[in-house]
Amino acid sequence: MLKAKVSVVTGSSRGIGRAVAVKLASLGSDVAVVYHGNSAKAEETVRSIIENYGVKAIAYKADVSSYDETKELVKKIKEDFSRIDILVNNAGIVKDGLIAMMSEQSFDSVIDTNLKGTFNMIRHVCPIMIREKGGRIVNISSVSAIIGNPGQANYSASKAGIIGLTKSAAKELSVKNITVNAVAPGFIRTDMTENIGEDNPLIQMIPLKRFGEAEEVAEAVAFLASSSYITGEVLKVDGGIAM
Amino acid sequence: MDEKTIFDAIKETVIERTDANEDDIKMESTFRELGIDSLDTVELLMNLEDKLDVTIEVDRKLETVKDLVDFIAAL
Repeated sequence: MLKAKVSVVTGSSRGIGRAVAVKLASLGSDVAVVYHGNSAKAEETVRSIIENYGVKAIAYKADVSSYDETKELVKKIKEDFSRIDILVNNAGIVKDGLIAMMSEQSFDSVIDTNLKGTFNMIRHVCPIMIREKGGRIVNISSVSAIIGNPGQANYSASKAGIIGLTKSAAKELSVKNITVNAVAPGFIRTDMTENIGEDNPLIQMIPLKRFGEAEEVAEAVAFLASSSYITGEVLKVDGGIAM
Repeated sequence: MDEKTIFDAIKETVIERTDANEDDIKMESTFRELGIDSLDTVELLMNLEDKLDVTIEVDRKLETVKDLVDFIAAL
């Protein structure tokens, strides 16, 4: 379905990003696996993609919060794969804390990676898509952006910013057949949520009474990456928590 | 790079992607008149990068052919 396409997935050494990279590869897409911290896991993701799906995959280390680094990154990916069809902005961090005690650094670093990182990637990838007259951009937001979450002022602000960015970019780039959508996951079982136990009362708030799996988010991303008439949409994958 | 080389490359690139005639393209022509909207300009710049073998990173709106010639000449 995505044969001969080239996908770039940020934050894909583990968690949701890894599941997205694997899913897109399973549909036939070549994948650029962008990571920041964990090179061993990124290389393992790449190896597993190549072995299981026979597509091209390369790992790239980059800090998405840096405008210049993402510029170099995109240039390198373009050289290696010669095109970019799908961009999934997944790289994100959390630095939870009550707003009354949140440091400026905690606020800024979350905004820089999650929101500015998404901007940086779109900024450098979209000229390539404009030239190719087509592309699919999927940004990972969060249900926290829609309903708020105590202790996540920085995170939910960054993820709400991503929704605004998604809609403006969708309108701006639509004329070039580039769609821009967001996926808003709820509580997904990853390293980021490992501190929330299965007996947490949060579970009772989820209509489907369980955490989601990264693969379930990846399904939604793959759907938006292959849809041609959906743009500016925010698709919740949250077990019904924000309906 | 001299202005004529840049102007000729812009002219060639514009002709490749619009119905404009060579005579229509003057230094004072606006891209809008030539049928190139602001997103098309991004594509035009990328084609020019290949043609002139330079990296053009524009962070402001360029209205006329002359604006672009001056911008590239100053690189």
